[in-house]
Amino acid sequence: MSDIADRVRKIVVEHLNVDADKVTEKASFIDDLGADSLDQVELVMAFEEEFSVEIPDDAAESIQTFGDAVSFLEKAVK
Amino acid sequence: MFDLSGKRALVTGASGGIGRAIAEKLAEAGATVGLSGTRVNVLEEVANGISGDTHILPCNLSDKDSVDALIPSAVEAMGGLDILVNNAGITRDNIFMRMKDEEWDDVIAVNLTAAFRLSRAAVKVMMKQRYGRIIGITSVVGVTGNPGQGNYAASKAGLIGMSKAIAQEVASRNVTVNTIAPGFIASAMTDELNEKQRDSILATIPTGRLGTADEIAAGAVFLASDEASYVTGQTMHINGGMAMI
Ligand SMILES: NC(=O)c1ccc[n+]([C@@H]2O[C@H](COP(=O)([O-])OP(=O)(O)OC[C@H]3O[C@@H](n4cnc5c(N)ncnc54)[C@H](OP(=O)(O)O)[C@@H]3O)[C@@H](O)[C@H]2O)c1
Repeated sequence: MSDIADRVRKIVVEHLNVDADKVTEKASFIDDLGADSLDQVELVMAFEEEFSVEIPDDAAESIQTFGDAVSFLEKAVK
Repeated sequence: MFDLSGKRALVTGASGGIGRAIAEKLAEAGATVGLSGTRVNVLEEVANGISGDTHILPCNLSDKDSVDALIPSAVEAMGGLDILVNNAGITRDNIFMRMKDEEWDDVIAVNLTAAFRLSRAAVKVMMKQRYGRIIGITSVVGVTGNPGQGNYAASKAGLIGMSKAIAQEVASRNVTVNTIAPGFIASAMTDELNEKQRDSILATIPTGRLGTADEIAAGAVFLASDEASYVTGQTMHINGGMAMI
């Protein structure tokens, strides 16, 4: 697991109050981890802050799972 | 009665009649208060009259960069932000047919766009801490309209609509968003009315007198309190009965 994935997992665990082992590649924030749409916005804002990147709205919408977030951030953080 | 100890509040237009009273009452209830406005000397005078903890945070609300810097500086000065009072407001009255673009733009910029930008930044802070109070000072005119105030009425109605939309978005995070709509409040401006003008205004107010800034501030203290946690998306009309809506 990359360092980015660890940092993303930490944010998700803290924000959504879920067990770290639930945060798998395919875990959907809304369907599997109990997020509502506002949580999703907050997660994106937390990612932006943690990685000092800007995530445009259309990219944010495509980030549905933990894996989506990690792969987006791995590309964005160079 | 309402305890705001430990709460941090930012009041725009704290150098004006109503904003000063709101800042004083919030401080009396125990809040740390950030005082914003453009006239620093007046803000200092207001701060001197408050025994609690105050911070002077100058800001020109018609300048976007200056607006965007205000919430971060308030958070830094006070260590956080629990209460935002968007109180600053201006009028540029003119009969609608003669209204200049600048008269429209200036009023919308200060009364509405600045409130949008400040609320947007504040909501982020408040969502994270799962607590917040945003209070907009609108006007009875935003609900009833008033000849000569097309721009002002639009800005004040806009503030009400915006507050209701934000209120729905953030209610689940313990952030409430409300407005207070004052009627005629005694101020430097109303002091200048002649007797005839005064009488004709008073004839429209069932209580038969102008309101005071403290009566608006009392509403703000309530909306800022924990006790008001079930009040959101509302407009509190404080107008002596001049409009019952
Ligand atoms: N008085 C009434 O009868 C009445 C009735 C209904 C609604 N209201 C509303 O209540 C609010 C307060 O009114 P008030 O009677 O206390 O008015 P006021 O005494 O004229 O105060 C207006 C405040 O707004 C600030 N302000 C204006 N333009 C600004 C700018 N570009 N940047 C930063 N601050 C600016 C002023 O700060 P500086 O002077 O330091 O620039 C001042 O502190 C307003 O929103 C008004 O529309 C008042």
